[in-house]
Order: sequence, then structure tokens, then C-alpha cells
Amino acid sequence: MNYNLKQQAMTYMAGNLTCQEVASIITEYLEDAMPFSTRLRFHLHLGLCFSCRNYLKQMKYTIQTLGKLPTEPIAPEIREELLRRFRHWKKDNP
Amino acid sequence: MVLLRLVYIAFAMPNAFENLDESQVLELLRNGDEATFAQVVDQYSGSLLRLAMAYVPSRAVAEEVVQETWLGVFEGLARFEGRSSFKTWLFTILTNRAKTRGQRESRYVGLAEKTGMDDDDAGTGVDLDLFIQAGTRAGHWIEPPHAWDHGTPERFALSKEIGEQIERAIAALPHTQRQVITLRDLEGVSSEEVCNIMGVTETNQRVLLHRARTRVRKTLASFAKEDSESLQ
Repeated sequence: MNYNLKQQAMTYMAGNLTCQEVASIITEYLEDAMPFSTRLRFHLHLGLCFSCRNYLKQMKYTIQTLGKLPTEPIAPEIREELLRRFRHWKKDNP
Repeated sequence: MVLLRLVYIAFAMPNAFENLDESQVLELLRNGDEATFAQVVDQYSGSLLRLAMAYVPSRAVAEEVVQETWLGVFEGLARFEGRSSFKTWLFTILTNRAKTRGQRESRYVGLAEKTGMDDDDAGTGVDLDLFIQAGTRAGHWIEPPHAWDHGTPERFALSKEIGEQIERAIAALPHTQRQVITLRDLEGVSSEEVCNIMGVTETNQRVLLHRARTRVRKTLASFAKEDSESLQ
């Protein structure tokens, strides 16, 4: 009983969101597409929960990593072909 | 005067393209400036190829789509008003061509989709196996996420092995999720523009992005863990 009460109080202070719920709306948070009240509860939860703070950080690191992935150049033959076509296009459409 | 000119040639010219704004680049392209065309081809073709791969079943077809996209650029140059960025315009042309192409190749895409995961199978976008599902502690972490160290994105990006694993994870995503994460996170296109390019609603875009990011984070987590263990 005592444990349950404590648990309830903690949940209430943590914005009434479970960790699973936090994880499920994390993209809304990151994309700034969250209603003010939800954002407040989200912050309340994060303030008390280091696990979800870590998870949020992991998500941010994941996004940063994706932004750094290099692209592969196209094959040189294709590049040459495109330049040739550009030359012809300009000749036909001066 | 001559000296100034030399200084200009030495320092300004190599960056000439970067210093031009997009309307100037477009003007040069419309005038048939081949060097400018070569530069935009080099700058954007890698991104175009990567996006095309999210639509069509093979690299060979993706390369054809990229070529068709550039041909579409020739045709559209005169009409392009610069209301979106040049890059967004390229992605829009590519998406239209790739969709047409994808439909023509639908036999193959269909096969790939049957073996891969369908968007409907993708669940809630939460790793349910990370959370306690029943009892008083339902919704709590089974194993609390640990802190990834500070240089993680840089280290991940530099590792060829991890880079390949991420690419594999992205390639295994359902098509629409792969398209959204490629545009939004790999290319850094704004969510509004992603919606315009793909023709999806903002909510739909966010759901797809969320599922895709959740999957990729999971892939990265195994490397982050290995890393912290190897330090001990």
C-alpha cells in the first residue's frame, strides 16, 4: 500500500508519463510538434528520470550520426554521359 | 592591379561556386555553363543516388533514375522559379521519376516488400521489448539506457564498419520509412519540405520518421554498448 502510494506520487511528479510513453512521443518532442501541456509533462518526466534523459541523448546522437553519413559519388561514366548530354541540350536549346 | 587580380584568382576562384547564390548558379546553368553543371552534378548526385535507392529495387535502376532526374533538370530549368531551394527541387524531380519507375518495376518492389517488413508491421514505433509490460512497474525500462559518451556521433561516423551497419539498417526499413529518414536526417531537409516532396501529411511523416529513428537507434545501441565494455 505504502509502496503503491509512493509509486503514484512519483508518477504524478514525473508528469504522469511512463518511460515507454516518453519513448513513444520522443520524435514529437524533437520535431517541436508537441502541445505545450505535453511538453511540460515531458520535461517533468525527464527532470526525474535519468534513463529517459539518456535515451533522449541517444536519439540526438543517432540523428547527428545520420547527418554525417557520407554519400557515394556516381560512376564516372554516368558523370561523363551527363556532361555530354548537357552540352547537346544547350546546343539544341540555345 | 595585376597583383590584385592574381590574389583574386588564387583565393576567390576555387570557391567561386560556393560564393554564388542559387539564383546565380541557376543563371549559369540556363546559359549552358558546363563547369557549373559539372559542379552541381558532383555536389548533388551522391545524395540523389542515395534517395533513389529508397524507391527502387537496385542500384542500376537508381543510377538510371538519377540520370533521368538531371535530364528533368534541363527541361525544368527555364520554368524553375526558385520558390524552393535547388536541392529540394532536385529531390522533388527525383521522387516523381523514382515513383514512376518504382511502379514500372513494381513486380520487384513487391517481392522485396513481401520479404521485408511492411509499414503496417512496424508496430508502435517503440521497442516494446525494452519496457516492462505488466505489473506495477509496467512502462519502466527493463534495462535503463546508459549514457553514450560525448564523441559518439563523430566516432560512429568515422567507423566504416558502423557506417555499413547503419546503411544496412536503413536499407532494411520499409520503403516509406527509408524515404523519410533519408530526406529528413541524412539530407537535413525540413519536415515541411519532406511532406511536400513525398506528398504525405505532417503526422504521417512524423510517425514514419519516429519508427525509422527508433530502429536505427537500436542498431547503434549495440555498438555503443560494445564500446563502453571494451573500455573496461
